[in-house]
Amino acid sequence: MSSRSPPRVRAALAAVGIALVALPWLIGPFGDAWVRALCFAALYVMLALGLNIVVGFAGLLDLGYIAFYAVGAYTYALLASPHLTEHFPALAHAFPHGLHVSIWAALPIGASLAAAFGILLGAPVLKLRGDYLAIVTLGFGEIIRIFLNNLNAPLNFTNGPSGITLIDPVRIGSFDLAHPGAILGLHPSSLHLYYYLLVGMALLAMLVCIRLQDSRLGRAWMAIREDEVAARAMGINVRNVKLLAFSLGATFGGIAGGLFAAFQGFVSPESFSLQESIVVLSMIVLGGLGHVPGVVLGAVMLAMLPEALRHTAVPLQDAVFGRVLIDSEVLRMLLYGLATVGVMLYRPRGLWPAPEHGAAITAGKTSQAVPRHG
Amino acid sequence: MAERAERAERAECAECVLRAASVNKRFGGLQALTDVEIQIDKEQIYGLIGPNGAGKTTFFNVLTGLVKPDSGTFELCGRSYQPVDPHRVASAGIARTFQNIRLFPDMTALENVMVGRHVRTHANALDAVLRTRRARVEERAIRSRAHELLDEIGLTRYTTQLARTLPYGDQRRLEIARALATEPRLLALDEPAAGMNATEKGALRGLLESIRTRGITILLIEHDVKLVMGLCDRVTVLDYGKVISVGTPADVQRDPAVIEAYLGMAQAEAAPRPQIQ
Repeated sequence: MSSRSPPRVRAALAAVGIALVALPWLIGPFGDAWVRALCFAALYVMLALGLNIVVGFAGLLDLGYIAFYAVGAYTYALLASPHLTEHFPALAHAFPHGLHVSIWAALPIGASLAAAFGILLGAPVLKLRGDYLAIVTLGFGEIIRIFLNNLNAPLNFTNGPSGITLIDPVRIGSFDLAHPGAILGLHPSSLHLYYYLLVGMALLAMLVCIRLQDSRLGRAWMAIREDEVAARAMGINVRNVKLLAFSLGATFGGIAGGLFAAFQGFVSPESFSLQESIVVLSMIVLGGLGHVPGVVLGAVMLAMLPEALRHTAVPLQDAVFGRVLIDSEVLRMLLYGLATVGVMLYRPRGLWPAPEHGAAITAGKTSQAVPRHG
Repeated sequence: MAERAERAERAECAECVLRAASVNKRFGGLQALTDVEIQIDKEQIYGLIGPNGAGKTTFFNVLTGLVKPDSGTFELCGRSYQPVDPHRVASAGIARTFQNIRLFPDMTALENVMVGRHVRTHANALDAVLRTRRARVEERAIRSRAHELLDEIGLTRYTTQLARTLPYGDQRRLEIARALATEPRLLALDEPAAGMNATEKGALRGLLESIRTRGITILLIEHDVKLVMGLCDRVTVLDYGKVISVGTPADVQRDPAVIEAYLGMAQAEAAPRPQIQ
């Protein structure tokens, strides 16, 4: 990738890099909400890339992916907020100043925990495919959310539906991203710094995904997606490779979750509903299942859509009709639906699918002639 | 290093490549295999024939770990193996193709063959993410070996085409290339000539002979009796899940039990083996 890339690719990458650095300064004057939306877009990119490992690479439909995001978020929330010490006197005694685990220690913990949950989910569903797998994973996602919602009695672990507040922000050394003060004579806003951190992490996630895809493991994932029986006959240990997909995908979710908790300073179970799982899945389907740049495109588009609507739909309707006919939240779901139907009709492989290696000319000509099962 | 050890081990594989005995398999009320045995010597092309429903594919699936046998002993190059996991069987050294082609349809021909290298390579997820030296070297070796194999099998022109877009006969050849990529001791082909025309069959025959000269033993299920008779060194005939005849193609052709199985008792006397010429 690095040194052998052709100059044109390197130039394009440099341009994208500069654009990403400049973006918050360009968009900032229109309001902090936009920069905030960009931060969320970066989080969604991480989520979508993680889910893409499971669904896009390995072909395992997962409708409960947001559970891993929840695991990561709650791990950091519990380790870096006064919640646990407030409710467990013994713990308060041991840590009189409260638990303030650094995010750099908490992220690996959250990621490993999410990976463990990934294996926990993966192990019983190894033999399931398609719809059946979707139903079990959907159930898993709901179980996690309901647990978080109800684990406030008899012992208060999660504070139930009211969620956990006062979560520590990201700190790099003694530098606090929430209260940056002055660096090198500049006074960057906290939001800008979070933007750079999250975009950096999202780019890292992309790099990891691309490298995984072009590897022995990535090919093994694709092989089980294409034909599991043939993959086994070729010596692929399907069980291990599938569990690896679940746990690696979950790791991405866990890391994104921890960053989300630190960025928001607050988590509650309602951030981890089934609808969120579906939104992340729509992102990868819309963008191009299994194709990393497409997935990123899908994630950014769907993540920015609500913000764009909030700023255009309401004023537009006000100007045209004199009042707001369709609430922007309703309009958002309507557009999601339209986009999904449109993609299915006109671009079934997504907006930016993987290139077909110039095979499109003869595609489909011989495929029907070959009976694949029977 | 590991590769060299593997090669040395391979050299030990002296006479008998595969030996299976007392293989039984029952599906509910159907006794699919009864005390089936087979012995395949090094660099043989071994045929497994029999009428429809004789249990050939079941036996194949048992040998390669896709179907669990009720009983049986299995030896590959003198070492006993338990065919319970297809991936273990592949790493032990049996590679197979399928009666209904099972390529990875949305991967390129090259990628299909590269997947075949999986079982002989070792890079893990961490190697992939960090692009360690080991992973880069290995990845290059995988790629160049896959190119070589496509070249040897004569599929170079399809390198970057998706497997599902290949002509039918070439899909079968690609399946063989993918199987060869696993460096098998025994290449097990389930009806490789099915659906091929005469030209393609001729080419297939040449291909199998050239594979044999590379020291790879071949087990072949085939319906095309002419192909089997011309190509195989030894043949086992199955009928109703039992071995009814073993020998050279010429012996088997003369065996009354075989004639009966193919043609039925009455016709066996009336019309001697018009099918098995």
